[in-house]
Amino acid sequence: MKNIVKKYEFYLFIIIVTLVIFFAVFSDNFLNLENFMDILISSSFIGIMAAGMLVVLISGGIDLSVTAIATVAQYIMAITIIDYNGNLFSAFMVAGIIGILLGTFNAFLIYYLRAPALIITIATLNLFYGATIFVTKGKWIYNFPDWFNQSHNLFSFTSADESHFYSGISLPVVILVLVFILTYIILKYTVLGRKIFAMGGNFEAARRAGFNMLGLTIFVYCYIGFLSGIGSVGQVLILHSVQPNAIVGRELEVIAATVLGGASLAGGAGSVFGTALGVALLAIVWNGLVIMGVSSYWHNVIIGLIIIFSVSINAYNRKKTLRGY
Amino acid sequence: MNEEMLVMSNISKKYGGVQALKSVDFSVKRGEVHCLVGENGSGKSTLIKIISGAIQPEEGAEIFVNNQKENQLTPIKSIQKGIQVIYQDLSVFPNLSVGENIFINYYAKGGNKWVNWKEVNQIARDTIRKIKVNLDFDDNVGSLSIADRQLVAICRAIATNAQLIIMDEPTSSLARHEIEALFLVIQQLKDAGITVLFVSHKLDEILKISDRITVLRDGNKVGVYERDEINDNKLSYLMTGKEFIQKKILGNRKKGKILLEIRGLFKKDQYEDINFKLYQGEILGIAGMIGSGRTELALSLFGMNTPDKGEILLEGKRVDFKSNESAIKASIGYVPEDRIDQGLIMEQAIRENTTVTIFKELLDNLGMINRKKQLSIVNYWIDSLSIRVGNVENPVNTLSGGNQQKIVLAKWLAINPKILILDSPTVGVDIAAKNSLYQIMRELSKRNIGIILISDEVPEILYNCHYILLMQKGKIVEESLPKEITEKELGAKIIGDRK
Repeated sequence: MKNIVKKYEFYLFIIIVTLVIFFAVFSDNFLNLENFMDILISSSFIGIMAAGMLVVLISGGIDLSVTAIATVAQYIMAITIIDYNGNLFSAFMVAGIIGILLGTFNAFLIYYLRAPALIITIATLNLFYGATIFVTKGKWIYNFPDWFNQSHNLFSFTSADESHFYSGISLPVVILVLVFILTYIILKYTVLGRKIFAMGGNFEAARRAGFNMLGLTIFVYCYIGFLSGIGSVGQVLILHSVQPNAIVGRELEVIAATVLGGASLAGGAGSVFGTALGVALLAIVWNGLVIMGVSSYWHNVIIGLIIIFSVSINAYNRKKTLRGY
Repeated sequence: MNEEMLVMSNISKKYGGVQALKSVDFSVKRGEVHCLVGENGSGKSTLIKIISGAIQPEEGAEIFVNNQKENQLTPIKSIQKGIQVIYQDLSVFPNLSVGENIFINYYAKGGNKWVNWKEVNQIARDTIRKIKVNLDFDDNVGSLSIADRQLVAICRAIATNAQLIIMDEPTSSLARHEIEALFLVIQQLKDAGITVLFVSHKLDEILKISDRITVLRDGNKVGVYERDEINDNKLSYLMTGKEFIQKKILGNRKKGKILLEIRGLFKKDQYEDINFKLYQGEILGIAGMIGSGRTELALSLFGMNTPDKGEILLEGKRVDFKSNESAIKASIGYVPEDRIDQGLIMEQAIRENTTVTIFKELLDNLGMINRKKQLSIVNYWIDSLSIRVGNVENPVNTLSGGNQQKIVLAKWLAINPKILILDSPTVGVDIAAKNSLYQIMRELSKRNIGIILISDEVPEILYNCHYILLMQKGKIVEESLPKEITEKELGAKIIGDRK
């Protein structure tokens, strides 16, 4: 029990429960299955990217270009689907491969230029995004085939008297769950994942231990690239459209959720469970405030305060352990 | 025993124009503790790097490991041959558990893609048991002391069946009792048949732990000696080519003008009941271990750790320093224990570092730094402390430890101090530079500067101070004149009644 209380995730969980109670008390529309599904669906994209971000942060890096990668992947995926008549599988394939390619590009620059990943990925964010806007002239894409638009709901719930139709388990949510499980397994049970932790803890020592540092760098940036590609398809399935300027800008939300979940910007620390809680916390606050009709300007203020609060808990805990109490 | 595990002959290495090693022969016998000693720049590190396969020697070199000729040692080959280097920075992973740190080399081997946590912890536990150290495989390495991290690094080497463990200056950041503990572990390794190559420039340690000693100087091998045929003075002569004779400062305490007087200084959980006087031109030694409250006390005198009770009188007037800024204004300088983190801005130029305490005085009418004035001050101190620098625009981290410490000293001398507090000033500094620092201290004392020298090195305190205070567990427990005490007695007193 003592160990659980010590864990940062525990505090995060308490905050979430408190918020859920708060919103449930102050709004009738918050605590129901439909809203719960809504929160899950709307946070699936951020969540999938956050899983990738977690791996990158643990390795000691950061990737601000996730959203630009997602934009590129989405666009190219849309064109293939519409012009070349693909299927759902090929949609994910195309987007995933684009993500991997752009991730490799990031990895090579970061590894060989020995420059901070922050700078490199700010550069590639602009590069990927700017090039997409230039080529597409910022045009939206709507005309997806029907089979594509209908494929996001796997099955639906109906209430017992069949008077109510709830949105059901959606494909992006299933992907989100699978991605979290996959990431957990990689980080906890594969040598690859442990090497990523080691790399983030002490890069030079990892090199001395004989790890293939280029390989590890390529993996982490390809992983986040791949996930943002996959996630971006899920996003299109939900929205039925591609808006080239809709995603870029949300990379900070991804990082915020991950860091909120306990991942360290200095590398070497973070957990899938924490990240899931971080994503959930942000999504719940966002949703709750909307339902309560709070002005959207306040959303950012409140989210900022929550992040400061949780970072303070983290710092306080660390101080305590440093003192050895 | 006595079978040679590693034989190297005719090892040469050139870096740019500098000949780091000149046709050196070197060998280590199985199961011995062999010390490789030499001053900074003597070629120790180069030789280790060649053994570890990190760099290649020049042509004509021959290396045999276990009587097998190695044409080219690479890092991986060297590890396969059972050679493990424990670097000064220890190369541990602070975010991982003790167990995983010990296991980490198995990850590099390839083969297994999945982690078997039971195996990780089993191997860690077995290894910890093998050298009988007190480590919990579940602890995070980041929460351990430097000494324990070192044990983790040693366990890691053993876990991969190391036959030869090379320790590069392993004691440089350890307290004395931790060093003793490390020596016990080295003894355990030896008993287990593991060969240890111990790289150091600390005479007392070398003499204590080694079976044989190889001395390097300026890239040449001076010789290899059995422990019994060598002593302190001889070893220091072999290392430096010079003789250093240390003499105590004799006589009674000369009582001139009182610079600093401390009355009943107290800070909770740090130190208590501290009373002493520092006279003009006096070198006052505070002998105490890490954790005795010595650094906390020093910081209080320097305005960085406000005491709870008591008085500090500066030339008879009571002062209450709110920050080190006011202490500096009152002409107090403080050379910290940790020059790398606290004494210097390592990446910045020598010029900037030397004048960082007096930027205000360098300003011209426009509020800009007068570079001419700055350079002349920098050059003055470089000359008068005979600091060996190539170019004053080079970053400080290009200098050797001794010269770095002289830069720290210079920046405080630049404020024209009345009182200088030196906290363990010669840690990681080689013999020649050490002696030159001692010379400087004596010079300063002749110029009426009062010096407080804090250290746990026995000869350092004994041979350089006018008066000695012994600090233990936050209290000054004894005072004595150097002439009243021997090296052995002082050494025993510093370690105290721990055992």
